[in-house]
Amino acid sequence: MLGSKGGVWGLAVSGLVLMAAANADGAFAKEKVKIAFVGPLTGSNSQHGIGGRNSAELAVKLKNADPATKYEYELVALDDECKPNVAVQVVTKIASDNSIVVAVPHYCSAAAIATVDIFHRFKLPMVIWAAVLPQITYAKKVPEIHRVSGTLIGQNRVGAQFMKERGYKTFVSFADSTDYGKSMNEYFTKFTNENKNEILGAFAVPPDQQDVSAELTRIKELNPQVIYFGGLTPLGTRVRTQMEKLGITAQLEGNSGIMGDAFISAVGPELAEGTLTFFDSPPLSKMPGGKFFSDNYTKAGYTQSPEAYGPFAFAATNLVMEEIERVGPNRAKITEALGKVKDRPSIIGPITFDDYGQNITPLTTKYVVQDGKWTIWEESEYATGKRKLKNLP
Amino acid sequence: MSSIAQYLLNGLMQGTIYGLVAIGFTIFFGVMNVIKFSHGDVLTFGAFGGLVAAWAATALGFPIWLELVFVVLISVMASAAIGAIIARGLVLPLKDAPPLNMLLMTMMVGTAIRECIRLFFPNGTNPQRFPELLPSGGFDLSGVYFRYDGLILIAAGIAFIFAVQWIINRTRLGLAIRAVAEDGETARTMGINFTLTVAIAFAIGSMTAGVAGALYGLYYSEINYSMGLILAIIGFSAAIIGGLGNIWGAIVGGYLFAGLQTAVVALLPALSDYKNVIALIVVVALIAWRPTGLLAERGSERV
Repeated sequence: MLGSKGGVWGLAVSGLVLMAAANADGAFAKEKVKIAFVGPLTGSNSQHGIGGRNSAELAVKLKNADPATKYEYELVALDDECKPNVAVQVVTKIASDNSIVVAVPHYCSAAAIATVDIFHRFKLPMVIWAAVLPQITYAKKVPEIHRVSGTLIGQNRVGAQFMKERGYKTFVSFADSTDYGKSMNEYFTKFTNENKNEILGAFAVPPDQQDVSAELTRIKELNPQVIYFGGLTPLGTRVRTQMEKLGITAQLEGNSGIMGDAFISAVGPELAEGTLTFFDSPPLSKMPGGKFFSDNYTKAGYTQSPEAYGPFAFAATNLVMEEIERVGPNRAKITEALGKVKDRPSIIGPITFDDYGQNITPLTTKYVVQDGKWTIWEESEYATGKRKLKNLP
Repeated sequence: MSSIAQYLLNGLMQGTIYGLVAIGFTIFFGVMNVIKFSHGDVLTFGAFGGLVAAWAATALGFPIWLELVFVVLISVMASAAIGAIIARGLVLPLKDAPPLNMLLMTMMVGTAIRECIRLFFPNGTNPQRFPELLPSGGFDLSGVYFRYDGLILIAAGIAFIFAVQWIINRTRLGLAIRAVAEDGETARTMGINFTLTVAIAFAIGSMTAGVAGALYGLYYSEINYSMGLILAIIGFSAAIIGGLGNIWGAIVGGYLFAGLQTAVVALLPALSDYKNVIALIVVVALIAWRPTGLLAERGSERV
């Protein structure tokens, strides 16, 4: 009864509940903002792509869990298969979707270099999470292009110096025939020559070539102390496996392309033992936010490894969300804000973009496989002399 | 000198795989005048069948020798079964259709097989690690490194080539296949079961793909859903160079193609990226020179 005491109380309570619900609704009705992630989610490099996707997704989940954020973020993950033609299609799709305000794209350089102009044409800002080809940022000044990972120049400079210090003199280069592999070979050649070492031969094969025994037979004939490999994990796996089949005992020197658990699990710990690589980041345990990242990654229940570039994907995604929080979900404003990023704290260390959008702070670190794990050179038994690299003079 | 021997040894392994694929093409063409472009994907199907068999054998705790036998057997049977199904369900009903339709149909079937593996096999888009079931290691002889698994696989591949040749030329089944290849109508009037013989011939042709798939997995320790594509192109080229319809021609073509690829890398290492392109250009030149192949098909002796 409306006139009764109970009825009045009932109405009052109902009113309060409705008001509270309306308020609560208002508090949670944040504007939804879409961020695109692009990487190889299928194909032979998908372990890296999925690790990157999971890491970017984790950054979004953690941000959305923070009640202080202004927006609710949604990650749109797309597969570029590490193929330039697929990457062009995928990026055109996200760039023409106005609800997507920023992108975190590309593991493979061959895919990344193909899409630079599309990001520019559609004025879609982006922060690359892994691809290391220098030309992506340095070929020309494109305001939309940024990269948290390093370039392959630093890796090759450090690598060449390191090999000289160990006393190695003769090398053979084995790279894939993509822009990435060509660039790897170019900088390997440049720095090896600067260190007055000798390159006995250079080989380039398509990244999907299965049989490399003919090339390796020629390399065996040349008898180098070191085989330098400039390519990605699938081809690197074949090179290492088939080196063994042909009885080649040269030291294998890799780069960021084979960095990650995928290489070791594909060739097995015995064959991977002693493989060297140079990568623009210390291990997770030594990163400023490494523990935070790995604890949350484990807690989120991902079964796949984040791989070497997962933390970079996390940092890139976090960075773009920070900029959206500051300037709003507007492509032009985000582009402008990203251009001014300097000494920004992140789990991979402070991020500073130069005039070309390139992060200039990565720390190139030397790694060697020891007992089935990538180990920092300085902490390995190889550095102490307990174990020895192959073909040491 | 030792390097030349090493190149030959590597080329021998590749040539054996190419030759096996080429034999399949030659049998299909010899029996039914069909260019079966799904052959490479049948190879992939066999290799994935072998991988599943390896997983099952490991789960069942088979000893390694039995696992090896099981893997090869399942690879061969899977390829043979799908080859026979394609023959019975598609090739025979379409035997009077224009050749272009048949070509298109086999391409579509191949695409369907490939896509099914990609979509429905667990992690089908990713390369799959094939178990190493043969003895590892090897020995060095005058600078040539002989790997035990390579030698076993080359011997097994060549033995299978001879077995197919023996079945076709020395058995009653082979006689029936050759009779059907020569003249299907006359073979029927002689009491040969045309439909069954064609299906068996396609199964035998597809078995060669199964063996090639198993060899490939065991040698490279990795298989992937698209591996049959390039192998089909090379196998078909090899069959054409040798003379489509002639088994020995297919084998010669297979080894010749592998030899061309190896020679490019050995002689012009800077052009190793172009080895397939150069080998295929030589194929075009050879076809222009001898359109019926190096070992031309003899009218009275098909397959």
